[in-house]
Amino acid sequence: MTTPIDTAEPTGPAALELRDVGKAFGAVVALKSATLTVRMNSIHALVGENGAGKSTLVKIVAGLYQRDSGEFRLRGEDVDFRSTAESKAAGIAVIYQEPTLFPDLSVTENIFMGRQPTNRFGRIDRKAMRSEAQGLFERLGVRIDPDRPAEGLSIADQQIIEIAKAISLDARVLIMDEPTAALSGVEVDRLFAVARSLRDEGRALVFISHRFEEVFALCDMITVMRDGSYISTDAISDTSVDEIVRRMVGRDVTDLFPKQETTVGDTLLEVRDLNSAGIFSDISFEVKAGEIVGLAGLVGAGRSEVARAVFGVDGYDSGSVTLKGKAIPKKNPTAAMARGIALVPEDRRKQGLVLDSSVSHNTTMAIRTKLAKMGLITNGAENQAAKVWASRLEVKTASLDTPVGTLSGGNQQKVVLGKWLATHPDILIIDEPTRGIDVGTKSEVHRLLSQLAGEGMGILMISSELPEVLGMADRVLVMREGRITAHLDRSVADAESVMFAATHAEELQP
Amino acid sequence: MTSVATPDTRRTNAPGPKKGNALTAGIGHFFKARETSILIAIVVVVVVATTKNPSFVFSTDGWRDLLLTPSILVLVAVGQAMVIITRSVDLSVGSTLGLTAYLTGRLFIDVPGIPIIVVFVAGVAFGAFLGLINGALVAFAKVPALVITLGTLYAYRGINVLWAGSDRINASDLPKPFLALGTGSILSIPLLTILALIVLVIAAWYMRNTRGGREFYAIGSDPDAAKLYGLRVTRRILLAFVASGALAGLAGVLYAARYGTVNSQAGSGWELDAVGAAVIGGVAIFGGSGTVWGAALGAVLLLTINRALPIIGVPDFWQRAVVGVLIIGAIVLDRLLSLRQSRKLLEARDDTDV
Repeated sequence: MTTPIDTAEPTGPAALELRDVGKAFGAVVALKSATLTVRMNSIHALVGENGAGKSTLVKIVAGLYQRDSGEFRLRGEDVDFRSTAESKAAGIAVIYQEPTLFPDLSVTENIFMGRQPTNRFGRIDRKAMRSEAQGLFERLGVRIDPDRPAEGLSIADQQIIEIAKAISLDARVLIMDEPTAALSGVEVDRLFAVARSLRDEGRALVFISHRFEEVFALCDMITVMRDGSYISTDAISDTSVDEIVRRMVGRDVTDLFPKQETTVGDTLLEVRDLNSAGIFSDISFEVKAGEIVGLAGLVGAGRSEVARAVFGVDGYDSGSVTLKGKAIPKKNPTAAMARGIALVPEDRRKQGLVLDSSVSHNTTMAIRTKLAKMGLITNGAENQAAKVWASRLEVKTASLDTPVGTLSGGNQQKVVLGKWLATHPDILIIDEPTRGIDVGTKSEVHRLLSQLAGEGMGILMISSELPEVLGMADRVLVMREGRITAHLDRSVADAESVMFAATHAEELQP
Repeated sequence: MTSVATPDTRRTNAPGPKKGNALTAGIGHFFKARETSILIAIVVVVVVATTKNPSFVFSTDGWRDLLLTPSILVLVAVGQAMVIITRSVDLSVGSTLGLTAYLTGRLFIDVPGIPIIVVFVAGVAFGAFLGLINGALVAFAKVPALVITLGTLYAYRGINVLWAGSDRINASDLPKPFLALGTGSILSIPLLTILALIVLVIAAWYMRNTRGGREFYAIGSDPDAAKLYGLRVTRRILLAFVASGALAGLAGVLYAARYGTVNSQAGSGWELDAVGAAVIGGVAIFGGSGTVWGAALGAVLLLTINRALPIIGVPDFWQRAVVGVLIIGAIVLDRLLSLRQSRKLLEARDDTDV
């Protein structure tokens, strides 16, 4: 591993320095020991997998969170931000992926809100404000009407507004959190030109991105984080994409995830050339009986959107979805359910459960019409049906009448699963099956999925956790920016190849 | 105003528009403004009513009523607009008005010889205090303003009933000079109208030209962004409710001066008129846009229509329905305009982004 940066850079204090910073939210440790040293006059890349702790680190710098431990210095001085206002006053500007502007107000007001130039009666000097905004845009080389409202601005222009704001505040440290995710090629070029000129003025920039081409084209230094910890910092010229990917993945994939060998049967679900403008394109894949297909990729790659389109929650522009040879109608989840597709959504608290209702009520929610006799559902019938699944899934609850909201996350997930399994689907689409649940329950969920596949169910599993995907899936599909960039068999899928496909534009075919 | 998106026009506009441009832009802006259409609507209503019955304007009473009737509601609507612009709502203003109106009467009865100015200060301060309670509950308890102020609407009214019982303040209980304030005029403009105008001008100036005023708009436009900007959101929301309460308090004192009789039900239903006036005047119900001018004009339109309809011959039953149609119409109009606006902005963007 590379030596820390102290020796590499000779002079002066760093613009921004975080050392061994830790942060926990309750029992969840987001940062163990994060270290980041950013020099003035440089563009510094910060990379890492989903959940590596980059966002938490940024929020600590921005003053949104307070660190639990570690050191935090700006130009050599210890700092401790209690609010975003303090961070801002200290010369830090954070530009988020989707900037938050005031849509009703003019671009100029958005730049100067809270610190507009005023005369001695406290009256805002609109003329001065406007010409200052104009000057900022000229300096950045962009054409934006300073009088237009922020509503309807493209994301690229919104970011420019944020940068203009940062410059007018004379921010010395600019942090850009995945600024290019929603930009077109021209817009990226423009942003990079602006970033370089800011660097040459002596500012320090932190650039967070999953796109290695851009990182290597733009940045001077690169820091890798993994699992909330600092891994390495190098000069960009001294390293390579392969090296960085290897460090990002780093850990050994243990055999925690016991997918049983099953006999793969006929094709159940077939998705052909699914397109939805601006969201995903050319999505084709199939899921066979007894198979677990993993859908990997970074957050925002369009995986959940594909799942929602297949199930019919959202529409799509072209393409087809068939189950056992029969077409599944577009945008009709009821029909998809009736034909045998089930979707366990990612955000179970919002989309999968009625938290105030009982366990039995939630478990039988998807089969209510089947349970009903002449339109009436008896508690007995409901409890009986619920009991089957509660015991099979080993839901730990005081009784079937307990409100679901009082159960632990893992048990809530089991209830959602039970709700859909009660419909006896042929295809189970499950989005992040083990997010936010403890290790014990995690392996129970995995065992269950494996068992269901063994019984001939086809499972499409969306997961951001590489070990889970690699351990559980018979085949791995990798998505990047709305496209499937790799189709990997269990035998060839490993952390590097999946990560590479998730972050690189080139298609990988085994 | 909004972007004709060719680079050239922007260039010429850049350093500071020429005088002619500014004038035409100013005129264009005037005709596009929501306030202007309300003003035109008011004129139309007045003209129609006057042709039916010339005394609607051309009589001492007619002229006085035309200006005097909306004056008190204008005050309440201005406060309401400030609250709505920050993405809240204050439903308790009617009850606040009632309570301060009764307080005004009690002060004159229980403290003989109390100076009128002291009563005014007491009324405004008491209204501000009631507003502070609303604001604190909304800002700190993080319960939606709709629920909080619905609660205080009943609570303040309850206190009023408890205090007043079946008692009522009569004109004979109030000093003559105080009552004269409610009906007197200078140069045939009622004093109340002048007072309302002064408050309106100050509020409008504050909302348009000061950092604080602009922050109201920012908070209403996107509260989360306001927090990220480091704006003092809690303080602003508190301030909006205090302003609304203080104006309702002032309105309560003036109510007593104008009508002379105050019972425990004074001002009930005013909160709806105030919200209606703001909405008709183009204050977006989800905050972020609109002006106190608009709300004030909305109040004038609302009450002028109310008085004009019987003259035009619209039966009683229909009068409230007309007000309802007006409010719904205003909201539909807003929606259509904002859709058109965002479409325009998107097109402009596509033109430049090539």
